Amino acid sequence: MMLMYKGLGIIFGFLFIGELLSEAFNLPIPGNVIGMILLTFALLFNVVELKDVEKEAEFFIKNMSVMFIPPGVGVITYWGLIKSQAVPIFGALVISFALTLILTAKFVELLRGGEK
Amino acid sequence: MNSLGIFLTIAVFYLFSKIYEKKRAFYLNPVMLSIIAIAFILHLTGISYETYMESAKIISYLLSPAVVSLAVPLYKQRGIIKEYSKEIFAGIVFGGTLAILSAFYVAKIFGGSESVLLSIAPKSITTAIAIGVSEKIGGIPPLTAVLVILTGILGNAIGVEMLDAFKIKDRVARGLAMGVTSHGLGTARIILDDELSGAVSGLAMALNGVFTSLILPYLLKLLQ
Repeated sequence: MMLMYKGLGIIFGFLFIGELLSEAFNLPIPGNVIGMILLTFALLFNVVELKDVEKEAEFFIKNMSVMFIPPGVGVITYWGLIKSQAVPIFGALVISFALTLILTAKFVELLRGGEK
Repeated sequence: MNSLGIFLTIAVFYLFSKIYEKKRAFYLNPVMLSIIAIAFILHLTGISYETYMESAKIISYLLSPAVVSLAVPLYKQRGIIKEYSKEIFAGIVFGGTLAILSAFYVAKIFGGSESVLLSIAPKSITTAIAIGVSEKIGGIPPLTAVLVILTGILGNAIGVEMLDAFKIKDRVARGLAMGVTSHGLGTARIILDDELSGAVSGLAMALNGVFTSLILPYLLKLLQ
């Protein structure tokens, strides 16, 4: 198996830079998002080559689902809040979902003027 | 350190993934079922969330490098961004803003508390980014995580049927709306229908994550 240290070094390096920038400038954007934007530009301007990070990035992305479970389980500590706020929470969830899906689709369809 | 959390998370997720492999139904979503099962196990055994998190936090920490890794598919799909730049950018600004405002205001009308409003505002973006955004704006990250997953499950379950019911045929419009509304789980569903819709949906998801994390904090200042 190929060693993953170069790719991991790049990914964690961009993550670290993103976190530093987020903290240093007190930005509202999470450090990992800044790291993602910077890495995208590094790839576009050939500062980083795709083959150097491709496999490692795919590893993280393919295994992303399992990473949501621990924060999701944390919801049990807010059980009281969810029970007492069930109507606003689930009402907003369903209505906002339907509105966003249909209106965005209609908007883009209008914008494209019937192209298929 | 207690390794219970990391073991439980991986073992339970493995089990539900195996079931999902056999039957790909939206209600068998392995992430949602794992969350429910683990919450239930902790409740039955009386093990605290803190004990569970002692080692489980190692798994959730990996969300951060996973978000950075999203740069790779974004870069690979730069051709599609160029080809449909107008509709992608206009659609994300429209849809991304609408997703935030509609969630925020509907929750407010129904009497949602401050922390609920802040937790539900980022519900349409990919979970990894939403958790970070929720933390930054003062929401409850675990609540946001569950709401994001539920929004994704809705898109996965009925999104395509709703687009059909409203007679939206344009493949770019369908993909973009799905990605902006229901992130990864929606994308996973629409890509089965049409490859172009799927690619646009995946892109819309990534770009909307960036867009929402950029504007949400400022939008909230205006709203409050």
